[in-house]
Amino acid sequence: MTTRFTPGGPVTAPFHDRDTGRRLIERIGDKLRALGATERDPIRLMEICGGHTHAIFRHGLAGVLPPGVEFLHGPGCPVCVLPMGRIDDCVAIAEDPRVILATFGDAMRVPGSRKSLMQAKADGADIRMVYSPLDALALARRNPDREVVFFGLGFETTMPSTALTVLRAEREGIANFSLFCNHITIIPTIRAVLDSPGMRIDGFIGPGHVSMVIGLKPYRFIASHYNRPLVVAGFEPLDVLQSVWMLLEQIGRGTAAIENQYSRIVPEDGNPQAQAAIEAVFETRAFFEWRGLGSIDESGVAVRERYARFDAERRFAVESPAVADPAGCQCGDVLKGGLKPWQCALFGGACTPETPIGALMVSSEGACAAYHQYGGLRKGAA
Amino acid sequence: MTAKAPAPTPVPLRPSRRRVRHETVTLAHGGGGSAMRDLVEDVFVSAFAEHQDGAQAAAPLEDQARLPLADLMARGDRLAFTTDSFVVHPLEFAGGDIGRLAVCGTVNDLAVGGAVPVALSCAVVIEEGMAVATLRRIAASIAATAREAGVRVVTGDTKVVARGACDKLFITTSGVGVIRTGVELGIAHARPGDVVIVNGPLGDHGAAILAARGELAVETSVASDCAPLNGLIGALLDAAPCTRLIRDATRGGLAAVLNEMAEASAVGVRVDESAIPIRDEVRGLCDLLGLDPLYLGNEGVAVAVVPAEQADAALAALRAHPLGGMAAAIGTITAERPGLVVMDTPFGGTRIVDLLVGDPLPRIC
Repeated sequence: MTTRFTPGGPVTAPFHDRDTGRRLIERIGDKLRALGATERDPIRLMEICGGHTHAIFRHGLAGVLPPGVEFLHGPGCPVCVLPMGRIDDCVAIAEDPRVILATFGDAMRVPGSRKSLMQAKADGADIRMVYSPLDALALARRNPDREVVFFGLGFETTMPSTALTVLRAEREGIANFSLFCNHITIIPTIRAVLDSPGMRIDGFIGPGHVSMVIGLKPYRFIASHYNRPLVVAGFEPLDVLQSVWMLLEQIGRGTAAIENQYSRIVPEDGNPQAQAAIEAVFETRAFFEWRGLGSIDESGVAVRERYARFDAERRFAVESPAVADPAGCQCGDVLKGGLKPWQCALFGGACTPETPIGALMVSSEGACAAYHQYGGLRKGAA
Repeated sequence: MTAKAPAPTPVPLRPSRRRVRHETVTLAHGGGGSAMRDLVEDVFVSAFAEHQDGAQAAAPLEDQARLPLADLMARGDRLAFTTDSFVVHPLEFAGGDIGRLAVCGTVNDLAVGGAVPVALSCAVVIEEGMAVATLRRIAASIAATAREAGVRVVTGDTKVVARGACDKLFITTSGVGVIRTGVELGIAHARPGDVVIVNGPLGDHGAAILAARGELAVETSVASDCAPLNGLIGALLDAAPCTRLIRDATRGGLAAVLNEMAEASAVGVRVDESAIPIRDEVRGLCDLLGLDPLYLGNEGVAVAVVPAEQADAALAALRAHPLGGMAAAIGTITAERPGLVVMDTPFGGTRIVDLLVGDPLPRIC
């Protein structure tokens, strides 16, 4: 069963309203008391998406909520879960003198086993930061004598624009463009997290942008099979607070349903055109390696045979070596919500945003980087 | 970026009769021969000479500018001296260009020390192939901004390097100024109870540059805030003579300045997020790109720490100035948590405002 909740207009200002926020926080407090949740035995909510992790820290939301609720920071930062072996592949492709590698900015600092893309660029590789895969296609048009490779990554949020770029490259007959596909899909990973032994999650704050593409249906198993509620949420402070309240309401009622707090952006069925583009260009891989989580079945996509000539994995010798996560790195436990970032022995010592060892320290959406950047107070209190 | 720079060729200013006859700069313009003198005198000297007084303009070419000490000593009791290099892509953007930036950057670095800026040097490194028309516009902008700031460009240098050895145009300006007698500003002078003030909205320059690069497929009306702040800072010091410190929030943005003062003064800085002036357009652009306006560079924002009893006077003086209409008190200096910058979010939450490791990188979703 899906209920809809429309919080307001398209402008973000109303979602920062202080008074509404205070009232919501009070209601959340009442609810938590009614549920008997305490600091020692809190309701545990996982925000799947790194954008929500960032919003929670940026707006200091964890600090204003009563102690009976705890956020677990989930695996939804696509940069963070990228395994070292894929970064190594990417560096190797970029070091080919024919290649211009086009990448999103936040992938630049992710450590590989040899070096990051930023280091490779300093060492002479031609690496350009782009804001959209279409920028990479434009680079290919402007540099016909070079091989332009786009480092495609992200969940269903960024998949459609990559797919449409491949379709456009085919339509325009651009021969020197290809995609190094590292797109991943969140659903199998939520299942893997729920199946982890000893995992206790009472509800999920569902990803907003992914859901804009895939809609609500793919989450239904979480309610039907695992009996956990999920609320798809927006990214403004009131969005997150309201989603927490909606989850607590469900927990209080003893129901588990998939609800949509972000209906101003997320249609129930998602975006059919975007889904069609994904379907046309990509096929599910048998498995994909996630940093910290290991190999997860059917959690990644690859370029279909039909578009093989745009597939960098086929055009370049890509080895995808299995590289073990660095010794002592506990990103996996943090990703599964079993460990708080500051409980990792490396946090803030060997592993900082300046010298990241684990991927969660790299992107500002990573839980460890967020704690390091914004959360010093709570860490001190803990 | 060149391996070995040729001998410097300082260019004291005088009116020119020479003319550049090419549309683009070639390596010949850096060769020290007549082509170079054409470029220097036609493009730079003539632009800068316009606002010099008659005696200065008519002086013969010397290898250095000469500043009478008596003039300087009449203005204060210490000399301030600073230098800065400017590399920006694109060269021209909404609200300014690299020339305006080069003047404002150095003027502001002098002004935030309590100095009255007096004279600037201007050295340019030009990439072969640069359009002479663009160079003329930038030279005119340097001259106009210097006039606006009340400083003179008294010496300069021109180099031309091969294509690829620099990105179109690099400018280095140095400046001297005189610090007013009695003014003692210092990054370590903030004390608990003091008030933190800014003169205007944060992030305009960074947002304008991002938009001007044309990579974003978004249009924005945001213009750079690039402006000489010496007039504004003079007014601030008149109104609040016990001002502890002033910094301009350039690279690293407001966050960098606040962290620097917290560390140097061994105090805590507590800022109120809802009090920080930020334009809606800048906020929107940042939301879109996953950037934080507190880390965007500014070229016309001064951050001042003033004792609480002078805060109202300081704010009133700033708001009365054309560059201070959106001036605001954004926080206070505390004895708690020395070295840390803590921000109160509108929801009553708090977060640490830390330094970024490198440039802010846009997030992918």
